[in-house]
Amino acid sequence: MELICPAGTPAAFREAVDAGADAVYCGFRDETNARNFPGLNFTRDELTEAIGYARRRGVKTLVALNTFMRAGQEDIWYRAAADAVKAGADALILADFGLMAHVAETWPEQRIHVSVQASASNAEAVNFLVDAFGARRVVLPRTLTIDDIARLARQIRCEIEIFVFGGLCVMAEGRCSLSSYATGRSPNMNGVCSPASHVQYRREGDALVSVLGDYTINRFPAGEAAGYPTLCKGRFHVGDKDGYAFEDPVSLDVMDQIDRLRDAGVSALKIEGRQRGKAYVAEVVATLRRALDASAEERGRILARLRLLSEGNRTTAGAYEKRWR
Amino acid sequence: METRQPTLTLGPVLYLWEGETWRDFYFRIADEAPVSHVYIGETVCSKRLHFFEPYLADVIGRLEGAGKQVVLSTLALVTIDREIRHVRATIDGSAYPVEANDLSALGMLRGRPHVVGPMVNVYNGATARLLAARGADAICLPPELPAASVNRIVADVPGVDFEVFAFGRVPLAISARCAHARSKGNIKDNCRFVCGDDPDGLPVLTLDGQPFLALNGVQTVSHTCQSLLGELHDLAEAGVSRFRLSPQHCDMVAVARIHDDVLADRTDADEGIARLRAVYPAAPLSNGFHEGREGAAWVARARNTAHGVNA
Amino acid sequence: MMRLPTFFSMLAKHVPLPVIQQAAAAMLTQIVRRHGGLFERLGEHREKRYAFLPSDLPLAFLVEPAIPAVSVSRAQRPPAADAAVEGPLFMLLALMEGRQDADALFFSRDLTVTGDMEAMLALRNALDDSGIDLPGDLGAMAGPLAPFVSRAASGVRSRVLAEGNPSWN
Repeated sequence: MELICPAGTPAAFREAVDAGADAVYCGFRDETNARNFPGLNFTRDELTEAIGYARRRGVKTLVALNTFMRAGQEDIWYRAAADAVKAGADALILADFGLMAHVAETWPEQRIHVSVQASASNAEAVNFLVDAFGARRVVLPRTLTIDDIARLARQIRCEIEIFVFGGLCVMAEGRCSLSSYATGRSPNMNGVCSPASHVQYRREGDALVSVLGDYTINRFPAGEAAGYPTLCKGRFHVGDKDGYAFEDPVSLDVMDQIDRLRDAGVSALKIEGRQRGKAYVAEVVATLRRALDASAEERGRILARLRLLSEGNRTTAGAYEKRWR
Repeated sequence: METRQPTLTLGPVLYLWEGETWRDFYFRIADEAPVSHVYIGETVCSKRLHFFEPYLADVIGRLEGAGKQVVLSTLALVTIDREIRHVRATIDGSAYPVEANDLSALGMLRGRPHVVGPMVNVYNGATARLLAARGADAICLPPELPAASVNRIVADVPGVDFEVFAFGRVPLAISARCAHARSKGNIKDNCRFVCGDDPDGLPVLTLDGQPFLALNGVQTVSHTCQSLLGELHDLAEAGVSRFRLSPQHCDMVAVARIHDDVLADRTDADEGIARLRAVYPAAPLSNGFHEGREGAAWVARARNTAHGVNA
Repeated sequence: MMRLPTFFSMLAKHVPLPVIQQAAAAMLTQIVRRHGGLFERLGEHREKRYAFLPSDLPLAFLVEPAIPAVSVSRAQRPPAADAAVEGPLFMLLALMEGRQDADALFFSRDLTVTGDMEAMLALRNALDDSGIDLPGDLGAMAGPLAPFVSRAASGVRSRVLAEGNPSWN
């Protein structure tokens, strides 16, 4: 199984390559990808340079163009695709059907990977994308159990990539407008979720309150670690209770299931986190590389230390385990 | 440009309503509501199917008898085999057009006339054209789309009937996990259908008590009720063919009549909005998505002048 | 949270402001010279003013990337800024060198960010990419004395870092 690693900056890209990535995924510094955060991502020149750096070390580069094209401005996405192809991207990670059709027609040899944002959650959906656009790999949404994945793998005609470590979307990806409901900016249209431009922290006595747009998303009493106000990971009032209505601030970790995932037919394991720093990327990639290469017995010990890097120091297997639902 | 007068449609009931209530709701729609198309079928959770299936034939019969075009809607999140089989059975056995709300249905419907639902990501003309080439003859655009995108897509792709989400709490997200069941101490696999206790959704408030969202099983909808009543004429002029009214727990016949009155110029938009607020007082109105702003916002329009903002 | 040795604090209190100002300006010039892409990556946020408020020093630093300029003031009179980050000096330094994870900046209650979050996030990401290495950068500035300065800076850094929790969160 390949290890697919995130890079938000050229520095993080080099760290990922050096730490043992089989492939690194990244995006341009604009709204064409779903991590369109301030100060993040690559210029055309930086991408070309990064691809060269990776290629010389036998590592692939996957370029994410995984937002949905704004009507009337499709050229921004078409140009990004042309530039990524020209720079030598090994695959484009796409979500928009119109963009997939454009890439498949213009560069029939170019590998298309289906982004998790496309929300292909079953065999029929995946085969639709294989038939329509020649997709070679699908990144599955984090809504399936490992058994679901195994069943699906037997029925589809392309490779499977799944997220194994990092941030966890509680909602089906690519189908969530919570962020734009509160801020006007969404993952699908703008490549952002709960954008920093709409975030405020406010002190209320000893408590720290995080606010997104006009809405209080969380309140942290003194001594409790604070979190970023990602909407679906906020504390709300439902019924007669205050609490995490959708998901606790935890992150995904299914690396202890590597053997089951391999048996299920998974080709590639993906680490979330293009928005995280190079130190994090280096540490996580190196550790998961060692875990992937180690025996099952050694693996637990190698993975234990990763928990420290996770949001709230807690992890979940998410939808990969049925009980999560 | 089409000159045909746009019509109203009734979207699928998103919530879990008790079987007989569901049936009586549609009977009344059939008899009284000025809508051309009625979408029926479960789109949110496959576990709910058995609640209304016993009444399905009667409801379809009544709607057809009243001259409504029936469209069968399908699940928005399809993961397990049982759900795939259900979508396939709906499509294969259907004498009616089917609305695709997920990619699996899109694949199965290739080459047959069908409707693309608002849960499929159509953000541009290129995507709409591609879906039209595969057999879609109508597309309900995602509620998140701003007017600029709607206008552009409609202009870019002639020959498709475009529908916009004109009334109702906006479906904002769907999850494999059931926050509704969890809020009452259950999990999805043993949910006891607690979502049936909240026929208009379970309110999600901020810690300050500010209404924000509502839970509808695995789906999250907005607290506000989207209303494009003030924008109907502009959208019609841009070439939009249909306006979707998404059922809430209120008098939907009255909601349809208000929209019909505004479309036919029997009522002006301001009066229509006032009437709408009286019919559905449970949620404030919003049209922020349409204006390219936060979806929860309400942008009041002064007729033929600059927009006034009253969020 | 542990504090810097009182020594540093005393030093900051007794060295005249203009001297600190001059040293900080020289340091900024050196960083900009050695890491040209740093401020370019800020994009539109280059025009913003960033305040760094070490909670264990009686000083406040205001950085204006567009000029570029840095000004130092006494902590009692913090400068007007678009975005400010306050916390122990070792964390601010780690942030500067990109040794601190982006998200940790928000998770940790030891750092407080106020004002324009987008600008602060842009700065953090730009710093993360820039590869600033204070001992190396400052050593390069000092000419013939470089090895000495570099060694001294390394020593300070390791001592300062040893006081803090080196893990994320």
